[in-house]
Amino acid sequence: MLEFDDIQHILLTRAPALTGRYEFLTFRDSVGGRAWLAEILEKVPSAKNMRESVDKEKRWITVAFTWNGLRALGVGEATLATFPEEFRQGMVARAEMLGDTGANDPSRWVDKTASSDLHAIAILFARDATERGRCEIEHQKLIAECNGVEVLSTLDLEATPPFDYAHDHFGYRDRLSQPVIEGSGDEPTPGAGPPLKAGEFILGYPDESGVDPPLPQPEALSRNGSFMAYRRLEEHVGKFRDFLRENGKTPEEQELIAAKLMGRWRSGAPLVLAPEKDDPELGADLQRNNNFNYKNEDPQGYAVPLGSHMRRMNPRDTAANINRRRMIRRGATYGPYLPEGTPDDGQERGIAAFVICGSLIRQYEFAQNVWINDRNFHELGNERDPIIGTQDGTLEFKIPRRPIRRKITGLPAFTTVRGGAYFFLPGLKALRWLAAGPKAS
Amino acid sequence: MAGTSDRKDWTKPAAMAIPKGGFFSDKIEKGRYGPIFPRTPACYGFSILAKIITGREEVFYEYARNIEKTIASQPDALAVLKLHYLRWVLFPIKGDTYFMYQGIFDTDFDKYTEDAIALFGATGITTVFENLEDFPKDWKTNAPAFIKFVRDHQCPSFLEYGEYPYATADEIKKALRVKASLSEMLDQMQ
Repeated sequence: MLEFDDIQHILLTRAPALTGRYEFLTFRDSVGGRAWLAEILEKVPSAKNMRESVDKEKRWITVAFTWNGLRALGVGEATLATFPEEFRQGMVARAEMLGDTGANDPSRWVDKTASSDLHAIAILFARDATERGRCEIEHQKLIAECNGVEVLSTLDLEATPPFDYAHDHFGYRDRLSQPVIEGSGDEPTPGAGPPLKAGEFILGYPDESGVDPPLPQPEALSRNGSFMAYRRLEEHVGKFRDFLRENGKTPEEQELIAAKLMGRWRSGAPLVLAPEKDDPELGADLQRNNNFNYKNEDPQGYAVPLGSHMRRMNPRDTAANINRRRMIRRGATYGPYLPEGTPDDGQERGIAAFVICGSLIRQYEFAQNVWINDRNFHELGNERDPIIGTQDGTLEFKIPRRPIRRKITGLPAFTTVRGGAYFFLPGLKALRWLAAGPKAS
Repeated sequence: MAGTSDRKDWTKPAAMAIPKGGFFSDKIEKGRYGPIFPRTPACYGFSILAKIITGREEVFYEYARNIEKTIASQPDALAVLKLHYLRWVLFPIKGDTYFMYQGIFDTDFDKYTEDAIALFGATGITTVFENLEDFPKDWKTNAPAFIKFVRDHQCPSFLEYGEYPYATADEIKKALRVKASLSEMLDQMQ
């Protein structure tokens, strides 16, 4: 039985927010850090709270900590040593393996998340900008009262128009394929596979291997917690649109190129089910838009290229042990909307997302290192993920078709990593344990 | 980052001398669990050497018969490992029996480590590992401990050779399928 009243809401629910804000914090003083936490944890809803009050609430808060942040709050070395190696090292130390090199190198990140001073994140999802502004002021007041708590950076989130469905700045419909946790009460949509054991995402429960995975100690700190990888990914919208124009003679051809890069039309319609022509109705239909596989339906990639983003991020029945590689994604777009036909204004816009999982090394890092950035994924030889892979202009993208495949060479980077970090997302009781300080342990 | 070398010329046999320790210090690639041993003309691979627990030799022969049956009934059981060859060897040193497990792969072991561990459990490959000295008893839930054992007992090559270097098992199988298809086509033309 999942302890809904102890699990932070972000793990199991998605807030109906059009805007939000991330605040990245440092604690110069452990007493001040714990004072901040003691105050804000009262505003962090559990999954149970969220489900009961979602219709009347206007804002939803999540808090999480880096390994350095746990130490800054006063957690002892013996406890810190029980956390997994990759979390202890942090995302910056893992940069080369993750593909965060060249333009993506942490030395170029813009939000101080590469700093060892990064200790915590406060995530705000809000219904509208008015509520966000109100919460921002409230949080400023709280921080001013807590000795040594400082804001390293902030990021305001903005949905991109049209607002009737979630999509990124490139125009791709988002939030189409999410795993369902057994016992969560959610029903998987057709094609999404059976619900997965909670331990794949929440600490303290059996995972898909059938056993309880080892936990950081004490259990009072780790139970009902999870790990989050944060990625701030700038989307180069002008470059993306130029690429489509350069590689497609007609608007229809350009739209097909966009679909081949992703594996879905921008409407969300999957190419396996709509290989020749977009089908927006299918794209919006959650009962149909995930109901497909690859092994028998598209083994050669004639519909969905073998190296497309969607096929890499979820190879479905063409990967071994797929249930041990799934991840929960949360987040939103940021930056101003760039209307079609408008030259790129040089402003930063993109996606600021969280990947939530029980094991960063087995789930998130595997996806980043192998699925996204392995040049030889599916024997492709010289490709990486065309949307979020590390691209330096030397790689290619192959589109299988009869009689001869199409090969696009010199693929540009459509995205650049602008920030990132590993966080531990404690349960609510663990937040109180942390706020109580070393005496509690 | 994970990735293989650019395509090389398979028509030209090649040898590669490898420095002590198994890595080229100027181009060590990092994997999730540590540095990745280089791809050579003989592909990726490992040679794990370990002492077996005294008196357990017969387990290894029983295991061999089981693996033979497993592969006969499920030929794609090891597909995820992207293998060319596996060799299991027992040999004596000063009265003790040692075990060598040597694999030639198209992917570095680091990439699909967890899949390999799950597979080893499912197919019984770990039966022999459990009869080696120092093998972690909690390997099923402790991937890092399993990986540490493998790395601690890996004896890297100092020289590798390939008659058709860098060709992958998939490429070889594709070529054989094309040859078979052409033969079939020529038969149909008679």
